[in-house]
Amino acid sequence: MNHWPFIIAAYALTLLGTAAVALWSWAAMRRAEAEAGALRRDA
Amino acid sequence: MHIYANPARFLKLARPLTMWLGWSGAALIAFALFAGLFLSPKDYLQGDSVRIMYVHVPAAWLAMGGWTGIAVASLMQLIWRHPLANVAGRALAVPGALFTSICLVTGSLWGRPTWGTYWEWDGRMTSMLVLLFLYIGYIVLADADRERGGEGRITAIFGLIGAINIPIIKYSVEWWNTLHQGQSIGVTGSSIDASMVWPLLISALGFSLLFGAIVLMRMRAMLARQKIEARLRRMAA
Repeated sequence: MNHWPFIIAAYALTLLGTAAVALWSWAAMRRAEAEAGALRRDA
Repeated sequence: MHIYANPARFLKLARPLTMWLGWSGAALIAFALFAGLFLSPKDYLQGDSVRIMYVHVPAAWLAMGGWTGIAVASLMQLIWRHPLANVAGRALAVPGALFTSICLVTGSLWGRPTWGTYWEWDGRMTSMLVLLFLYIGYIVLADADRERGGEGRITAIFGLIGAINIPIIKYSVEWWNTLHQGQSIGVTGSSIDASMVWPLLISALGFSLLFGAIVLMRMRAMLARQKIEARLRRMAA
């Protein structure tokens, strides 16, 4: 049995999943901190 | 640790640390996975499929580490009512669930060429699946509690009760003699050859740093949201 399709799938899923959650968390943090900053300036 | 329970002090430390952890984690992961794919040897018994270990094992460690972190945060919230403990527990849940899913999927992909099956209801695999359900339950419970204005005490109790599953996962390979192999790497030594251990440890360090960066980003987002909500409440009053 060729093992490489299983290895590639495992690495790809790990990297895609980790990158997606990291980018989502980064975008949520930037958005929330920008909104909090704007609200403080307006007050 | 009590010093950093103050959100202002925590943010002063978290802001520079977030990017540092993220980028160094990403660099270490890239190097470790390159080493795992091209520099480390294949196993004499498992062949090339052993390379899945470099993503599967760090994911398993982080899945269990994430819930251990939730249990510690829950305990701190229930005993000392630290303002950051609830935020930390909630921030740990999503990356914890992510790495539990990665552990289960990569384990499945490793199982097919090695054992001839994607899934078996063995002690280790079943207890890891239970951990994923616990994470999902924690996320749903934390969201519901936050929406109804709770202080997160119910979530903290759930976090502590769920920690019972961590020793079950760890000792499952000893308690039930089924398909999953026993522990091959521990604090005092390893039965894995050194040529395979070093990429594994670098991979585990890289994923741990990135996990830390994700937790800090999520905590910063939650603290900013809390500030927005508090200010809007003051403006409305």
